[in-house]
Amino acid sequence: MPFGNTHNKLKLKYTAEQEYPDLSQHNNHMAKVLTSEMYANLRDKETSSGFTLDDVIQTGVDNPGHPFIMTVGCVAGDEETYEVFKDLLDPVIEDRHGGYKPTDKHKTDLNPDNLQGGDDLDPNYVLSSRVRTGRSIRGFCLPPHCSRGERRTIENLSIETLASLEGDLKGKYYALKNMTEEEQQQLIDDHFLFDKPVSPLLLASGMARDWPDGRGIWHNDNKTFLVWVNEEDHLRVISMQKGGNMREVFTRFCTGLTKIEELFKERGHEFMWNEHLGYILTCPSNLGTGLRAGVHVKLPNVSKHEKFGEILKRLRLQKRGTGGVDTAAVGGVFDISNADRLGFSEVELVQMVVDGVNLLVEMEKRLEAGESIDDMMPEQK
Amino acid sequence: MKNSSLSESLIVPLLQGQKVNHCLHSCHFSLSPIAAHSHVIFHLCLCSAEFPDLRKHNNCMASNLTPAIYAKLCDRATPNGFTLDEAIQTGVDNPGHPFIKTVGMVAGDEESYEVFAELLDPVIKERHNGYDPRVMKHPTDLDSSKIQSGQFDERYVLSSRVRTGRSIRGLSLPPACTRAERREVERVVVDALSGLKGDLTGKYYSLTQMTEKEQQQLIDDHFLFDKPVSPLLTCAGMARDWPDARGIWHNIEKTFLIWVNEEDHTRVISMEKGGNMKRVFERFCRGLKEVERLIQERGWEFMWNERLGYVLTCPSNLGTGLRAGVHVKLPLLSKDPRFSKILDNLRLQKRGTGGVDTAAVGGVFDISNLDRLGQSEVQLVQTVVDGVNYLIECEKRLERGQDIKVPPPIKLSK
Repeated sequence: MPFGNTHNKLKLKYTAEQEYPDLSQHNNHMAKVLTSEMYANLRDKETSSGFTLDDVIQTGVDNPGHPFIMTVGCVAGDEETYEVFKDLLDPVIEDRHGGYKPTDKHKTDLNPDNLQGGDDLDPNYVLSSRVRTGRSIRGFCLPPHCSRGERRTIENLSIETLASLEGDLKGKYYALKNMTEEEQQQLIDDHFLFDKPVSPLLLASGMARDWPDGRGIWHNDNKTFLVWVNEEDHLRVISMQKGGNMREVFTRFCTGLTKIEELFKERGHEFMWNEHLGYILTCPSNLGTGLRAGVHVKLPNVSKHEKFGEILKRLRLQKRGTGGVDTAAVGGVFDISNADRLGFSEVELVQMVVDGVNLLVEMEKRLEAGESIDDMMPEQK
Repeated sequence: MKNSSLSESLIVPLLQGQKVNHCLHSCHFSLSPIAAHSHVIFHLCLCSAEFPDLRKHNNCMASNLTPAIYAKLCDRATPNGFTLDEAIQTGVDNPGHPFIKTVGMVAGDEESYEVFAELLDPVIKERHNGYDPRVMKHPTDLDSSKIQSGQFDERYVLSSRVRTGRSIRGLSLPPACTRAERREVERVVVDALSGLKGDLTGKYYSLTQMTEKEQQQLIDDHFLFDKPVSPLLTCAGMARDWPDARGIWHNIEKTFLIWVNEEDHTRVISMEKGGNMKRVFERFCRGLKEVERLIQERGWEFMWNERLGYVLTCPSNLGTGLRAGVHVKLPLLSKDPRFSKILDNLRLQKRGTGGVDTAAVGGVFDISNLDRLGQSEVQLVQTVVDGVNYLIECEKRLERGQDIKVPPPIKLSK
């Protein structure tokens, strides 16, 4: 059965006030929204698989949050979570996704032909290009809640499905618990290997249970298309390559995803998706497209400009260090990607990255030449 | 249809006497047309599909959990809803140490030890030197007057300490407790402790409310406990909602200390500088009995039974839950190749002075009893007293250039 440790029936013997968490030191989306009244209204509910309110919020209770970064503070244990606990999750989603309303509809567009340009980001500045997203298999519980049996089923389904990929998508699966030392080293050198999560944000929600059972990495022979199985989501799909041809990366991304979806459907499975929330993933921050398209780009001058933060904000982009979220930039090289996930289609988000990065590179060149960039300031997108 | 009749025959056993209600979702799923595929069998919660992969594991749970036991216990739950999967999660997530065999499972409530006895009994037997809870009785003896020669040579023994744990009957244990239950434990215990008098008069410092000054003082006194970082504990869910309802109580003299809602409902510690173990144990027993009296006045009691003694979260702490130890200087003896054997035979263990998993500094070791269950508190403390006295004698002999003897192994009472 799906894993649960919140003993909801036992809790109902106590009053809502006795059980209500102490959120006085907290700074995350969940804590901003969850009043004691809301807690009282939602605490006797559960999804059909038994996921409860306390399951949703445990990570947010255990991790009061960061002074600078507002974390979400809740997770979904299955597709139904977003319905059963909508009173909590709708405002969290609205807050996190720029005012996205419960009545809004999300557009999915995985047609790479709709992307303009993107094949010629200057490789003197753009070192690599990458697009990632996640997918969940309908009918199964998500990583915080799934049982070992479910997780293994997801793994088996994924292995079988990915084995059918052909052409430049043909590849191989490496189960975390079976890989040889040599395979492991190669995956580390390729920067493909994912570790057992150490972030308390993930651990507190139960996603690392039974590690490394049911986890693995699949990649194509060309090492440009990669799928993580059972890490933070059922599947994380990544397309990447050196250089600035984001168009090619995105095309492979769309082709690969569409093919994988087809293959799952042939086997009687579909991805969790709906008109309102787009693709359903574990963390509410990844709803919609679940898409992060980004580049590693050299911006030593622009990054020191006083308006750098403002420029990124207007372009709807975010910066990270080259080690990923929460890392520092090294040698003026930044990871620049879209800030949004929900309310914009895949094509729209990649377009923002392509256009935005082109502008940043132009700015970098100007500053290198000792010229001003004041006339280049973008409008708020 | 062949496949749906297979599915149906699997559903029937699950619905009969099923204590867990969320299998219904999977059963419904299995009847739809797309469920004709073979891996719907996993999705029907068959225990064989759920059995953990323990091939790389070295802990007591992994040594004793067979697929047959798992199948028998996997759909049971205690009255509080605690399941086998919850009990073993820490052991699944932490394969274990090549040198140290961890227990690999926890109890979520007092009933766990009954409901999951088929697994817990062999685990207890393995961990506690063959103690069989099905046939044996555990002796409890908190009469400190029975201790002989409990004053150590203070040129060698720097400090003396006795600790144990106590659980409040009727409330779930740290891996499983709700926030309200945890707060109730705190309320019951703090209320009782406020009734302590004389040299036991003290004060409670809640982790959520202590001032920076109080916090610093507690750190300087080495009293403050942190949020657990050991994955053995965090994987068992003991750190949930930290620091809600956690705190530290100590008497004014700082010789009697109680941790609330860390790894157990309460951890009780008596300590002082120097070598007067008898006095440390006397205060320990007196304090414990007084706290017990105070909670009984209010209608509560400690979890205890004849088979297992005091019931605590980790099966390794059953019985007395007692660790009596000293910080003792043994620079010469510790370098002697017979040191480990001597400790073994005396039923003692060594740790560094930072506690378990730390190294000894300057030849100073933490020496304490190995055993917890099957012997009484008095017996265990006497073992430590006799053993440490022996170790000091060895050290003195080595100082004088004399040889030492490995003592014969102490017989464990069965």
